Amino acid sequence: MIEKEKAAEQTISNINQEARDGYEQHFKVISPGRMVAKRFFKSKLSIAGLYMIIFVFLFSFVGPLIVDVTWGYEELEVFKIERIDDMVSTADFKGPDGKIYTYYDKSQTLVYFKAPPSAEHWLGTDTSGFDILTRLMYGGRISLTISFIVIFLETIIGVILGGLAGYFGKWVDQLIMRIVDILACLPGLPILLVLSATIKSIDTIPAEHRIYYMMAFLTLMGWTGVTRIVRGQILMLREQEYMLAAETTGISPMHKIFRHLVPNTMPQLIVSATLGLGGVILYESTLSYLGLGVPFPRAAWGSMIALADPSKGQEILAYYPNMWVPAGILIVVTVLGFSFIGDGLRDAFDPRMKR
Amino acid sequence: MGLLDKWRQIKQAEAEQGIDHTMYLTLKEERRISRENNRIIRQFEREKNRKNVPEEEYLTKMRDPNNVVEFENLHTYFFTDVGTVKSVNGVTFDIPQGKVVGVVGESGCGKSVTSLSLMQLVQAPQGQIVSGSIRYQDRNGKCYEITKMPRDKMLKVRGKEIAMIFQEPMTSLNPVFKIGEQMDEVVLLHEEDATPKMARERSLEMLNLVGIADPQKVYNNYPHELSGGMRQRVMIAMALSCTPRLIIADEPTTALDVTIQAQILELLRDVKNKINGSIMLITHDLGVIAEMADYVVVMYAGRIIEKGTVREIFHNPKHPYTIGLMRSKPSGKTKDNRLYSIKGQVPNPINMPNHCYFFNRCDRAIEICAEEYPEMVQFTDTHSAACHLCRNGGLMDTNSTKEQR
Amino acid sequence: MWNYLLKRVALALLILFGVSALIYLLSMLMPADYIDNQTAAAVQMGTMTLDDVQRLKELYGLADKSLPGIAKSYLKWLTSALSGDLGYSFVYGRPVTDVLSQYIWISFLIAFISYLLEIVIGIPMGIKASVNQYSAYDYTVSVFAMMGTALPSFFLSALLMNVFAIRLGILPLQGLTTATKIFPHNAYFQILLDKAWHLVLPITVLTLLGVGGLMKFTRTNMLEVLNSDYIRTARAKGLSEHTVVYKHAFRNTLIPLVTSLSGMLPGLFGGAMITETVFAIPGIGYMALRATQQGDIPFIMGYNMFLSILTVLGMLISDIMYMVVDPRVKLS
Repeated sequence: MIEKEKAAEQTISNINQEARDGYEQHFKVISPGRMVAKRFFKSKLSIAGLYMIIFVFLFSFVGPLIVDVTWGYEELEVFKIERIDDMVSTADFKGPDGKIYTYYDKSQTLVYFKAPPSAEHWLGTDTSGFDILTRLMYGGRISLTISFIVIFLETIIGVILGGLAGYFGKWVDQLIMRIVDILACLPGLPILLVLSATIKSIDTIPAEHRIYYMMAFLTLMGWTGVTRIVRGQILMLREQEYMLAAETTGISPMHKIFRHLVPNTMPQLIVSATLGLGGVILYESTLSYLGLGVPFPRAAWGSMIALADPSKGQEILAYYPNMWVPAGILIVVTVLGFSFIGDGLRDAFDPRMKR
Repeated sequence: MGLLDKWRQIKQAEAEQGIDHTMYLTLKEERRISRENNRIIRQFEREKNRKNVPEEEYLTKMRDPNNVVEFENLHTYFFTDVGTVKSVNGVTFDIPQGKVVGVVGESGCGKSVTSLSLMQLVQAPQGQIVSGSIRYQDRNGKCYEITKMPRDKMLKVRGKEIAMIFQEPMTSLNPVFKIGEQMDEVVLLHEEDATPKMARERSLEMLNLVGIADPQKVYNNYPHELSGGMRQRVMIAMALSCTPRLIIADEPTTALDVTIQAQILELLRDVKNKINGSIMLITHDLGVIAEMADYVVVMYAGRIIEKGTVREIFHNPKHPYTIGLMRSKPSGKTKDNRLYSIKGQVPNPINMPNHCYFFNRCDRAIEICAEEYPEMVQFTDTHSAACHLCRNGGLMDTNSTKEQR
Repeated sequence: MWNYLLKRVALALLILFGVSALIYLLSMLMPADYIDNQTAAAVQMGTMTLDDVQRLKELYGLADKSLPGIAKSYLKWLTSALSGDLGYSFVYGRPVTDVLSQYIWISFLIAFISYLLEIVIGIPMGIKASVNQYSAYDYTVSVFAMMGTALPSFFLSALLMNVFAIRLGILPLQGLTTATKIFPHNAYFQILLDKAWHLVLPITVLTLLGVGGLMKFTRTNMLEVLNSDYIRTARAKGLSEHTVVYKHAFRNTLIPLVTSLSGMLPGLFGGAMITETVFAIPGIGYMALRATQQGDIPFIMGYNMFLSILTVLGMLISDIMYMVVDPRVKLS
């Protein structure tokens, strides 16, 4: 009886072994990264966001090359296209009989700029005779470059300071977090305006260098968010058992922070960076809109929309949507694309909220 | 013995037929499943959302008028993106009036989903009752078919006729309302022409009933001000406040300290007698079952593998899984110092094999076990098990195996 | 609780001190001739004398750039700021506090109305989206919400102006009053109506920009609550879906909502720089932008300090409200 049972047990364990082998054959082991990628691509919004960003990137970085190769001009090429513009101005006045009369004045002027969309210039030319489509491409290039550099710098500063604050606690944490508190309380846009206006007024700084200062300011205003995320995560992770395990092996604090703790904050960092890209683009375009960003004659999406500012006359706002609407649409597409991707990544990293 | 060859043969056949047990699905496949699921779910939801359903459609007759609830061939599936999970896959059992029915099984075997199906609380829209019936008899002798009952009618059953106690007392009470408010709500909702004053009196009475020393104080407390045991008492008091016919207790003691566990069980038994109701007790703790239950239902991977009276199950278990369960509970009697454990894992819930689900973990498997799923074999009026070994009236001599170990 | 509050107030004061020092240092970045450039016009117009310019330089530590010099002038500025004197704006030719107190009200009005609209629109939409997660409604609302946060205010303003003010001509383009209309003195109601008419577009812009964020915030928090155990308990009691969602779930979502919404209240006085400027509404944001562009240092300092105080105040209110609405936070 016992013999028989032993034999039976042997068979069962063989089956189990075989089943396990089968398991390994059948179950492809997928890395966490691939799981995240899969969850990311499952959401239609993330894919839409990805397409939007790819489009904007191709448009901004490959577009200028195509324009250069096919038509042989760059962003600052001025086109003089002659056409006759009808200008009708009206005014109301009170006649001697007390009735209201309207006065019409039609004048025909020869204009060279502000050409309407045509086969050569798909979106027409602007008030200075620049090709709008080309300027959109160059503007995008600047916006995207700035946003990526700023976010990159913010993340580096945030990871280092947040890591130190979270790990060491005590006075290090106090010091860093109070600085963060103070910076977070500064009104962002007004301060950026003051700084940009100051830089603009200093004659010793060449106009093309202003953009570097702007990036520095944007970084200085933005790193606090990353620091808070990293610190919060590290405070939480420090309590986990595996950190205790790392502690017992006696590795150095720096090693612990940047090898064991910081990598675990990556999901949050990637998400916040992606969402931050859109934020930087909005800031940059606002500064450009106010004339404090990329200096003229260089193109920026914000300054292209500024042409429609009704304080400078309603003509462009009313009759030339081709000059400012595309730039606005591009800003929306870019920021929206980054938010879609950011949201998709967050759901992919943290599937708790998903079914 | 040939069993191993048999297994290989099955796997071979499956591979030839293109049956794949892999968990990994490509994005495209998942999308297809997801689309298919949405279609199915929409159908079920449309059915559930119907308004003004005539009463005849969900009135029915009980098989046995002594039962409060009868489950018959119940199937509750979850339509997930990686495939359909058959959480409850053909479950049949009765809950007689005034009795305690214990449902045992390891986590994920479908015992909670069975109880949630009875409450129509399965996590919609993914979770749906696909087929089968749940019959319920109210105190006037009227019988309802729960699976066909419209939502608004179901609201009158929940909390009033069938009440539920959950596993996690720490999170099962709303943190922003006082205990009193949460308790009064049930009374005000279900008792006709109940006044706030009446509700308050009833709540205090119930708090007193479940052995809370200072009901006035607890009534005005927020949940976070109470301990886990106290909160579970409050949950029980809340369940009792409309004197339900059936209390579903879903692992009521799992999250509690051992000393508190005994108190809560004692309390449950007491109140059952006081209100003359039935209890459906869901647990994975055999000790709790032995203490409390009159009838036991053992579930494995969405199916019932054995059911019977508590005496039959504990003294004469038939299914190898039940036997394994019995052996894996610690008892001071045996000298053996190693606790028995059932080897292996429950099969992947998405692609269930078409043979016995316990086959690959069973140490008594024979050839037929790998070929078809066993039918229920009846031993007595109350005792039955689903095992090929039991077909000739129980081949196994369980006592002998026990001694050999 | 009082201990905790005291600690928060102390922290707030510390932050404000830091912020003021930082803003002061920022103005230190400005080179001395910058003041000369910026004040040239004012001097020419006679609103400022050369003495004033010298005083200004001293006040902002631009005359003496040594460390003790800076510290001394900072202390001087701080003491006068504490006594309520933020200096004399040289663009507007009046004390900064006067300008602030005159122009914040129109800004507050616009911001407050759009704040109310955001609440009335955003929260119900967020709740509905969370209850019907993954439905077409949910997706539509989510996409629109994100659109709102992705739109630059100046672009949205330009679009709305183009459509409603120019093409359809049903709403005024800019300003707060119709310049061509002359109202009799006692026609208060008509004047009010005219002003309200001018505020429709700016309020729409602010509402559209803000409502998306609030909607998404509501949705996320509702989803978290709806998946919790006590919601299942509420359903098991036999409560109707409406009661479950709007009483049991929403009362929990209200905690983060009230906390963040009350924290936004002080900020409503800060003005919306871009939107006010585009629509030429004489609010505090518009005045501040003009002052900034013209290098009106006293005004810039005063305005930024004002904004920082509002932010710190918002944080304090959030903290207090959190203690009020969440019973789990002990009040004793």
